[in-house]
Amino acid sequence: MALLEVKDLKVRVEEREILHGLTLTVNEGEVHAIMGPNGSGKSTLSHVIAGKPGYEVTDGQILFRGEDLLEMDPDERAAKGVFLAFQYPVEIPGVATMNFLRTALNAQRKARGEGEYSTPDFLKKVREVSKSLNIPQDMLKRGVNVGFSGGEKKRNEVLQMALFEPSLCILDEMDSGLDIDALRIAADGVNALRSPGRAMIVITHYQRLLNYIVPDFVHVMSKGRVVKSGDKELALELEASGYAQFEDAA
Amino acid sequence: MPAVQETVERVKRIDVDQYRYGFETLIDSEKAPKGLSEEIVKFISQKKNEPAWMLQWRLEAYRRWLTMTEPTWARVNYPKIDFQDIHYYAAPKPKKTVTSLDEIDPEILKTYEKLGIPLREVAMLEGIEPKVGEDDPARRKIAVDAVFDSVSVATTFKAELKKAGVIFMPISEAIREHPELVQKYLGSVVPTSDNFYATLNSAVFSDGSFVYVPPGVRCPMELSTYFRINERNTGQFERTLIIADKGSYVSYLEGCTAPQRDENQLHAAVVELVALDDAEIKYSTVQNWYPGNSEGKGGIYNFVTKRGDCRGANSKISWTQVETGSAITWKYPSCILRGDNSRGEFYSIAISNGFQQVDSGTKMIHLGKNTSSRIISKGIAAGKSQNTYRGLVTAHRKATGARNFTACDSLLIGDKCGAHTVPYIEAKNSSATFEHEATTSKISEDVLFYCIQRGLSQEEAVGLVVNGFVKDVLQQLPMEFAVEAQKLISISLEGSVG
Ligand SMILES: Nc1ncnc2c1ncn2[C@@H]1O[C@H](COP(=O)(O)OP(=O)(O)OP(=O)(O)O)[C@@H](O)[C@H]1O
Ligand SMILES: [Mg+2]
Repeated sequence: MALLEVKDLKVRVEEREILHGLTLTVNEGEVHAIMGPNGSGKSTLSHVIAGKPGYEVTDGQILFRGEDLLEMDPDERAAKGVFLAFQYPVEIPGVATMNFLRTALNAQRKARGEGEYSTPDFLKKVREVSKSLNIPQDMLKRGVNVGFSGGEKKRNEVLQMALFEPSLCILDEMDSGLDIDALRIAADGVNALRSPGRAMIVITHYQRLLNYIVPDFVHVMSKGRVVKSGDKELALELEASGYAQFEDAA
Repeated sequence: MPAVQETVERVKRIDVDQYRYGFETLIDSEKAPKGLSEEIVKFISQKKNEPAWMLQWRLEAYRRWLTMTEPTWARVNYPKIDFQDIHYYAAPKPKKTVTSLDEIDPEILKTYEKLGIPLREVAMLEGIEPKVGEDDPARRKIAVDAVFDSVSVATTFKAELKKAGVIFMPISEAIREHPELVQKYLGSVVPTSDNFYATLNSAVFSDGSFVYVPPGVRCPMELSTYFRINERNTGQFERTLIIADKGSYVSYLEGCTAPQRDENQLHAAVVELVALDDAEIKYSTVQNWYPGNSEGKGGIYNFVTKRGDCRGANSKISWTQVETGSAITWKYPSCILRGDNSRGEFYSIAISNGFQQVDSGTKMIHLGKNTSSRIISKGIAAGKSQNTYRGLVTAHRKATGARNFTACDSLLIGDKCGAHTVPYIEAKNSSATFEHEATTSKISEDVLFYCIQRGLSQEEAVGLVVNGFVKDVLQQLPMEFAVEAQKLISISLEGSVG
């Protein structure tokens, strides 16, 4: 059974159809890259999978391990292992990052009927992960993303991904705003999470990220549909010739 | 066994009171009849075995009250209160006469569960006694244990405080045992003529706390009403008087969380604080009275007068409040900055949900030179509630170098509630510097979704975001209180979204 099956998905936002019948299948262990011009609906797709309110699904299905994902509340999806690293991570003033990580992790574990982490176990885990991502402990004492640089915000997303160990990771433009070194560190962090039981959807505009996170499949989205799928070579092709060739296909 | 002894003594005392001072017609009654008159004021004073000067003081207040009218300037609406339809005295007794857990409002039980107070303890806090014949030895033992516990804690408390010279007792006892202190300070901050509710309180107050910290003493522990509240019903007209003598320090915690779920409709408390030279008083409140049901019926009207007098040079008074309960809150803990270089602080979290109406804030009256004050107010409005910050900062002619900083932030949850900020600023001294900042924002859907995507439920997400919003104020609370307050904030916002 596929981990994620998006079938003929149609989505409206404020009376306007954004996704016009999108189909995508992701199996365990696979890494899929989604590329496409601005406004083609990449973030919309990721939001609908994660369950963000404000989107109306008018047709189609999303199955997660065969279960109807659209029937689940977004926190339930998170507990089942759907993780979205946001294109624009928000700031939560006054809520220490460490406290946030712990609250979220325990909420997920509770929803799965698992016990809470003990404080020492939790701290140990956070320390390990943050070290590998080059995140200083001081940063974790600050409010969630408050005053973080663009790169720090993205690294904080990867940190959470590593901590929560989701089975589906959706990374929405995690490379935007990262300098070369930060990109490598974040990509290493993501690669470390690649495993036979885990799949990833990597949304990006740049081939460069895919040099670090090498995808099994590349999809091109245009105007609310997947217009072409291929292997990693497709990304190189795009880099050379741009999206124009697909505009008509869409 | 100190507990038994104490009880026996108390019973004796009551007997004696009734014998010597009992009001013939009322002698058998636990409650004064409804209504207010000079007779009733005398009855209360006699029940409390008060000296003549105290009765005189009450009567003056009562006569004054007759000439006053209820204030209407606050942004709150409620049906007219019939002041002749209230019992002004009820003998101390358990708050409720429920006989089994099944009879308690399930909503209340849920609240307790969420606060992590086990049900057996709830049984005790709610004043449930085991039914005759229903011999549940486990339950009875626990209840007794708990009572013993709280008595022994209270006693340890007393011994240690006594060693430090700190006086901490019910004000009714202080009136008898320390009349010179009470006479000197009672009404010296909130005069009997102050305002409608304070004047009413002066005439009929039933009990409350009295604290005196002698010169140079740092009170060895946080003082709290917690234990006393479980002991007796402090009633609807509480009176508190705290005096920090020169160079002393005291931190006082008022109220507690769920157990203080009083059913009295009208509450009109008065709190007076006096800080002499170099003294500091920190007064923290967590208020969680019944806010009314989901249709807006019932709930406490909380009309409180709280004022601190920084009477001495370099003195400091700091108010911290977390207001989550009551149907109507009318409350402005204030500081009179009389002593030179004195400092007043007001940190407030006021949460309203459902149909609650909150009109709260502070007054900082700068009289002395180089006095400073700081106001941090966080208002959170949810449901169909109305939340108003009302503040007054004044510098008088002689208040050279007065400084104030005010920051009022309001957070709206949903679009049926309202937040309002009404600041009054008045500087009669040109060297005064007053700064005022105010923000109003709506809770962000994107922030909530971020939290929910990470596994928090909608309600947990709201609780977390709100707790972040109020963090500056929570930090002012003593540690254990802050934890309780945090839980309470989340609980009081339940059902505020969706
Ligand atoms: N809340 C909304 N209200 C109105 N239109 C919206 C809303 N959200 C998205 N859209 C529209 O949907 C389309 C797809 O947006 P989306 O953010 O999914 O694109 P994207 O592929 O992620 O673009 P980018 O590469 O710039 O991130 C855009 O035209 C956008 O304006
Ligand atoms: Mg996007």
